Amino acid sequence: MMMTANKIYIYKRFERFWHWTQAALIIFLALTGFEVHDSIHIFGFQKAVEFHRIASYSLIVLLIFAIFWHLAFDAWKQYIPTRKNLLAQIKFYANGMFKGEKHPTEKTALQKLNPLQRLIYLGFKLLMIPIVVISGLLYMFDKTIDANQVVVISKFRLENIALWHTFGAFMLIAFLVVHVYMTTTGHSYTSNIKAMITGYEDVEPELPTDEETKQ
Amino acid sequence: MKKTIALIIGFILLILIAINIFNQDDIVDLQLEKLKQTYAVKPIPSVDHRKLPELQKEFKSPQEVTEVCISCHTETPKEVMASAHWNWERAGYIEGRGIKFLGKKNVVNNYCIGSKTNEQACAKCHIGFGMTNNDEFNYKDSNNVDCMVCHDNSETYQKGASLAGYPDREVNLEKVAQSVGMPKKSNCGSCHFYSGGGNNVKHGDLEEAQLDCSREVDVHMASNGLNLECIACHTATNHQIKGRLYSVSSDNENRANCEDCHTSTPHFATILNTHTARIACQTCHIPEYAKVNATKMDWKWSTAGIMKNGEPYETEDSVGNHDYMTIKGSFVWKKNVKPDYVWFNGTANHHLVGDQITSIPIQINALNGSYTDKYSKIIPVKINTGDQIYDKKYNYLIIPKLYAPEKGDSAYWADFDWNTASEAGMKRIGLPYSGSHGFVSTVMYWPLNHMVAPKDKSVSCAECHTRNNGRLAHLSGFYMPGRDRSARLDFLGRWLVILSVVGVVIHNSLRILSAYRRKKIEMNIINYNTNDDDSE
Repeated sequence: MMMTANKIYIYKRFERFWHWTQAALIIFLALTGFEVHDSIHIFGFQKAVEFHRIASYSLIVLLIFAIFWHLAFDAWKQYIPTRKNLLAQIKFYANGMFKGEKHPTEKTALQKLNPLQRLIYLGFKLLMIPIVVISGLLYMFDKTIDANQVVVISKFRLENIALWHTFGAFMLIAFLVVHVYMTTTGHSYTSNIKAMITGYEDVEPELPTDEETKQ
Repeated sequence: MKKTIALIIGFILLILIAINIFNQDDIVDLQLEKLKQTYAVKPIPSVDHRKLPELQKEFKSPQEVTEVCISCHTETPKEVMASAHWNWERAGYIEGRGIKFLGKKNVVNNYCIGSKTNEQACAKCHIGFGMTNNDEFNYKDSNNVDCMVCHDNSETYQKGASLAGYPDREVNLEKVAQSVGMPKKSNCGSCHFYSGGGNNVKHGDLEEAQLDCSREVDVHMASNGLNLECIACHTATNHQIKGRLYSVSSDNENRANCEDCHTSTPHFATILNTHTARIACQTCHIPEYAKVNATKMDWKWSTAGIMKNGEPYETEDSVGNHDYMTIKGSFVWKKNVKPDYVWFNGTANHHLVGDQITSIPIQINALNGSYTDKYSKIIPVKINTGDQIYDKKYNYLIIPKLYAPEKGDSAYWADFDWNTASEAGMKRIGLPYSGSHGFVSTVMYWPLNHMVAPKDKSVSCAECHTRNNGRLAHLSGFYMPGRDRSARLDFLGRWLVILSVVGVVIHNSLRILSAYRRKKIEMNIINYNTNDDDSE
């Protein structure tokens, strides 16, 4: 009996495009952002500011498309949190996977995310991204120029805006670290990443039924 | 195949967009070009004064020249005599003090301290003749107006040293009278370059080098640039000249601003334009001052009076500037100075004669402004420090009598006795001198407006937006990206990331370890199974 992996089509083309563009933008925004924060030096402050702005506008455009896609194709339903298997999923990561146990949640095109992922990604979409995007927009439009060429300063304290933005950035980096690592916990080390590139994922084979064995 | 083509097209499109965004040609600034066109045209005077018969004569006194001037320019004396250049004072409003008449007549500074009792020397920079005592000077006599000091275009007119505002005896008045025209740099500079007793002593950003300098020194006045005259910006209506100097001024009126020509949003980049809400143009565009000749930064009167072999003496620093003079004390000169930065809303307070000393160093002309005041902007300043004489008992500054043509007239520069000099000075002021004096530290602020650098030499972003020793490091109360952060948030954030990495590494190590152990066990089973398969 050979254990051949099953291939299922999980990530559609837009989804993959969105994922990788967003990943690249977030990493680039982190690099330029922390340069503006004077933590690292790569592009020089002025270029870092310019690039950060361009990248942030790009990210916002991408997010608008992504939100539309989620709504139009009911993809948002993937993120509805559930308690079913949640504990089992945590136990699996904390213990089970060291013993070679199977994933407690089955991955299908209709249910891409396990309960833990649902929770984390929902937090990503409803908390982390809004924190950086909203604080980022407030940061960007802290000062504006009105029709009479007068510079108008917003009433929010820039300090509060900037600190929320920095907070969001740290959250995103921590997320990125754990997220990248978690992609290695699929059927094989690379199966999840391959899936995000090709759309097709090797999933753990179901136990062969009696009929299959006979064939 | 179709997919590949689509991919290639998409990729090329992305590259083209990127090139477009990141590679912009130098766009011509039409607004700036228009300004250059406007100011490149130099007006031709409508009158050639050489042709006027009234001026074809030998003048015995400068007043005779003025008489001829006002025989045609009949209403001009009224205008001139309403100016601070003539009155040496101007009505101004000081927050908390009300309306004050301030000017060279009565303010204190921390250079030569004050003009009272020293008019014979100080009046070299008064646009009048014969002001030996400004309390007794006839401010109503229009014949005493010195038209030539501002309007001589022959560059030969010169006020005499300690002649109470009279011209040097060598001046050919006929030639000067026939050459008059609009004021040139050399006219304004004859006083404003040399204030404080020498070139560039006081301002730091106004000096004789600007008569003929490169764009690197001053983009506006450069001979290889537009070569603007002072009056291009300091325009005048009825002899009321635009511009405020806060060593003598206190209110935010009739100032000459960069924005008058350049508007408040002169950059292509919005992010630079929004800076103008709280940052004055000068802050970024005057990266340093005293670019050609040094300026006096510190003057300690307390060391004055030391004699060498019973005689007053002077010493010079390595570049030839006086660093000690028996008559004045010790100095520090600096060249290519990075400005200091303060908040400024256009109004200033003044430490006036007779004011009690409440804090040290005394702020001779405290510039008002703060981050919380929305009309304040950050401006570059020259700060002049030093010490000067005060009355220990009455606790106020002393205006000493410094100048007298001869010894024995209680002038410090002749007799070197602070007691008699203070006595004589304070008598004129009308305040008592207790007989006990000391020296107290003072500071003065000189807003910098000139020596604007070419745009590629302006202060770069990171010179302020940096954690370490940025130009604005000492200004507090506001958040500046790059300079400021919450140390606690950064600490927590850094540890959040570090712990994530550590957690991930531990988890992965455990996986590898456990997988290795399981493999060992599985190996046996698999071997067994394999054998089993083979045998099938």
